[in-house]
Amino acid sequence: MPPATAFHGAPLAALRGVGKAFPNGVHALAGLDLEVRAGEFVALLGPSGCGKSTALRIVAGLSEPTEGVVEWAQTVTPVQSENRIGFVFQEPTLMPWASVFDNVALPLKLKGMRAGKAAHRVEAALDRVGLRTFSRAYPRELSGGMRMRVSIARALVTEPQLLLMDEPFAALDEITRFKLNDDLLRMWQALRTTVIFVTHSVFESVYLSSRVVVMAARPGRVFAELAIDAPYPRDQGFRTSPEYAAFCRRTSEALSRAMAARGEP
Amino acid sequence: MKARVSADERRYRALRIALPIVVLALGLAVWELVVRIEDIPPYVLPAPGNILRTLISDWDLLSRALLVTLITTFEGFLLAAAGGVGLAVLFNQSRLVEYSLYPYAVILQVTPIVAIAPLLLIYLPQHAAVLVCAWIVAFFPVLANTTLGLNSVDRNLADLFSLYGASRGQVLWHLKLPSALPYILGGLRIAGGLSLIGAVVAEIAAGSAGAGSGLAYRIAESGYRLNIPRMFAALLLLSLAGIVIFYVLSLVNYLALRRWHESALAAER
Repeated sequence: MPPATAFHGAPLAALRGVGKAFPNGVHALAGLDLEVRAGEFVALLGPSGCGKSTALRIVAGLSEPTEGVVEWAQTVTPVQSENRIGFVFQEPTLMPWASVFDNVALPLKLKGMRAGKAAHRVEAALDRVGLRTFSRAYPRELSGGMRMRVSIARALVTEPQLLLMDEPFAALDEITRFKLNDDLLRMWQALRTTVIFVTHSVFESVYLSSRVVVMAARPGRVFAELAIDAPYPRDQGFRTSPEYAAFCRRTSEALSRAMAARGEP
Repeated sequence: MKARVSADERRYRALRIALPIVVLALGLAVWELVVRIEDIPPYVLPAPGNILRTLISDWDLLSRALLVTLITTFEGFLLAAAGGVGLAVLFNQSRLVEYSLYPYAVILQVTPIVAIAPLLLIYLPQHAAVLVCAWIVAFFPVLANTTLGLNSVDRNLADLFSLYGASRGQVLWHLKLPSALPYILGGLRIAGGLSLIGAVVAEIAAGSAGAGSGLAYRIAESGYRLNIPRMFAALLLLSLAGIVIFYVLSLVNYLALRRWHESALAAER
């Protein structure tokens, strides 16, 4: 199992002094420093409007910082050309006109991979999220949780070095959410990928991640970092343990201070 | 409870079909009676039975005319579909082209076709003029709807495509056109009826006789000759043609969208 060494992996990517000002004058981020090491599961936790999603989009290259830089380790292949990044949005963001299979195959198709070669990887990705039998279904025929699984399968089909997730489970009910949390951890361990997971849930951030980065708003910046050094694999037992409760309390306190720091209750 | 609901639904569905038929039958009966009781001559108002007999006796002439009009409509529709979608894609790909041409597309649309048709007939052979009329009337809704559709792409999906380094062509083919499909089909449904109108207007403006003349010309000609029953018969055929065009396009719309688009799913509940 990777976890014990994962926290001390080689640096993969770093945001250095990143700032983002929008044309309307809003400073979403200012002086944001964040380093992500290979194999880590990092949670970005903060109140809404603290720029966590903006930070994630900057890492993905979907948005340009107005200050600072994003640095990538030499070992990482160029971001866009080689599909080293997987992105899971808040909504499943599937193409409604395409079957589950075609949705998952999209990143490979855009890369120009031949259909025959892609089919194996798509099937493997669908297996991973337990949806192989649904490959001919259309998104609207699936439940919210299943759609999110398809979205995750699509993000993982290129076997990205870095998986970016923007509050992916926020719209799901708690039962589905817990199930997907467990599945996500399993896939993370099996694939030995690196994850940056944006959430506004203290409990979710502690349960999933090896490190919680607490952000403060106006402007968005890193307020505190907490290592969650509980061993993986984590399961229902961890969710109900005093250790988990203690981590949650400390994270919660950090979040309260972060919110006080921007002058709001 | 559930069975009761579906029984209710079935009754409503039966009523939706039966009621218009009852209204039609009543209307025709009253029409027929009024004509007979008042002894109205057919050159003033023909009775429904008379119109039906004319339809049968003149079927040779009328069916040939119908075919001419339908072919013109169909050609105009195809040109409108290709032109509308093509122009919309071109506008979407190039702002410069859009800024240069869009005002003229609007001008073509807002100038009444009845006023344009005589001019076209001066400069173009008759068949081409009729076709251009059908095209002018029908292409704009396709253009406007397709433009709207191409601009209604889900932002996250667009981000996803750019994340995976999709080319412009890939974005157009795999994202924008499928997103726009429901809008395009909506535009085509309007264009079908409009291309029939365009063809009819141009035929009436052309007003020339001969073997190649369509239904609208037959209506005008019958008017001059006070052959009012034939006028009604031709009108009936035109109206039926319009209905068939509308339903065929609705069916295409449904078949293309039934698996994924909200508009085609209402019946599933």
